[in-house]
Amino acid sequence: MAELLRLRGLVKRFGGLAATDGVDWSVAQGEVHALIGPNGAGKTTLVHLISGASSPDAGEVHFAGSDVTRASMHARVRRGLVRSYQVTSIFRRLSALDNAMLAVQAGRGSSLRFWSPPQADAGIARDARALLARVGLDERADVAAGTLAHGEQRKLEVALALAVRPTLLLLDEPMAGMGPEESQRMIELIQRLAQEVTIVLVEHDMDAVFKLAHRISVLVSGRIIASGEPEEIRRDAQVRRAYLGEELGRAA
Amino acid sequence: MGVRLDHPLRSVVALPVLIALIAFPLLMQVIDEPFYVVLASRILIFALVATSLNLLVGFGGMVSFGHAAFLGAGAYVVAILMQHGVTSAWIAWPAAVAVAGVAALLIGAISLRTRGVYFIMITLAFAQMMYFIFVSLKAYGGDDGLPLPSRSIVAPALDLSSDVAFYYVVLAFVLLGFFLFARLVNSRFGRVLQGIRENETRMEAVGYPVYRYKLVAFVIAGAAAGLGGALLVNQNELASPAMLNWPQSGMLLTMVILGGVGFLWGGAIGAVVLLLLEEVLATYTIHWQLGVGLVLLAVVLFAPNGLSTLRKSTGAQARDG
Repeated sequence: MAELLRLRGLVKRFGGLAATDGVDWSVAQGEVHALIGPNGAGKTTLVHLISGASSPDAGEVHFAGSDVTRASMHARVRRGLVRSYQVTSIFRRLSALDNAMLAVQAGRGSSLRFWSPPQADAGIARDARALLARVGLDERADVAAGTLAHGEQRKLEVALALAVRPTLLLLDEPMAGMGPEESQRMIELIQRLAQEVTIVLVEHDMDAVFKLAHRISVLVSGRIIASGEPEEIRRDAQVRRAYLGEELGRAA
Repeated sequence: MGVRLDHPLRSVVALPVLIALIAFPLLMQVIDEPFYVVLASRILIFALVATSLNLLVGFGGMVSFGHAAFLGAGAYVVAILMQHGVTSAWIAWPAAVAVAGVAALLIGAISLRTRGVYFIMITLAFAQMMYFIFVSLKAYGGDDGLPLPSRSIVAPALDLSSDVAFYYVVLAFVLLGFFLFARLVNSRFGRVLQGIRENETRMEAVGYPVYRYKLVAFVIAGAAAGLGGALLVNQNELASPAMLNWPQSGMLLTMVILGGVGFLWGGAIGAVVLLLLEEVLATYTIHWQLGVGLVLLAVVLFAPNGLSTLRKSTGAQARDG
């Protein structure tokens, strides 16, 4: 499989603490690659570095064959590297449809157009509705996003990331705060998405991770301590000691 | 809690307003109150400038406390050019728009790297810097301001020293500006701007270069305020540093808040109400600002989103009842 994302010697320090401590890592085209690790392991910091929300003190980020270490977040999005947020970040006061339309519009060239309303461009509204249907929110198009149920908001969060046709989707804890039933539906959604895009899944829900991931990497104290197929990770003694032990036993 | 991104310019509202504005000077001639034409010109100019500020504050979420800088820049460009013998409106007014736009580009490029309270303070600081520059420019009037020997010249047949002729020229520019504004807020650009107001981080994460869009909006608003300044200096026949001072910026913000932050008509309604209040109250007392304060308080308490929402809320009540 071709390599889509490659991190080389990535370092990010906050004061004396190296939240990312020399990470070398790669994600192959077409896989679902889970990134797990205990709280405070530096998962979100790594997501920030990959997405461009913050820049590293050392090291490189390569995406689809080019160096994007210094590229801004919006420039990375244009190349197909798109993230979702752990804490839901949607347009709370706008309808679900307007949320989707804004995201769809972003993938359709410059918005330095001052004259015609985008509603006149039937394609934007059509794609936005299709996007909502894809995540199962088509019935809720006219509801203000902030009044949607938590699980629906998480779906909208994913929909916004999907709108710009990513080649790599960074999902930062998509199951955060979900009940078992909602989680199950989110797992099904991610399974469907995985047919089309490469996914990096940062998740605490081990059940979901082992259902979805082709490969799993374990981050502890800012370092990748293990990387491999789910069965290898399950057996890895170092991983068990460092982190998984009990939770893994439960999932298995 | 729902907010709509489209702001249709409805002909049932716009047409009567248009007809009333066109007929206004004729009506004043009939009842022999020519002074009100002068007042109406002033209100129209401020409606344009307040609307341009509403584009930033209400649609882009950028609370600029230095919008007077661009109003003043436009005014001084016209006055200074005239002192050097350039009387043609065809040169001076576009120059005013251009200079205000460039000033907005420079100030915006720096200010827009900050957010929230810092943005408010830095825009205020830039405007105050410009204020002190013009106060100390003795060659251009300093403290006393720079008087215009006459109004700009548009065409030999069109004498702007006539208040009625001036009113119609102002009206033409304000209508054009408002129409363009109505197109803009409903365009792709307008939706992006409102998306930035709602959630800037998310806009960046779906791929919009947020800073660039904000800067473009800042320049457009600054240039529009510059046009307002060019008109206002002709109205007053004086460019004064007070036009750039912070109370002027505060007054523009008050208009926007009074009329309705983020509403199509917000700036215009705010300008009409505030300037009429000032006019009426000032005939009774020199402490007219106290009255304005009370009205502002009432609006903030009873129509927290500005006067634009009054009709909507009473309409909703009517439907419910």
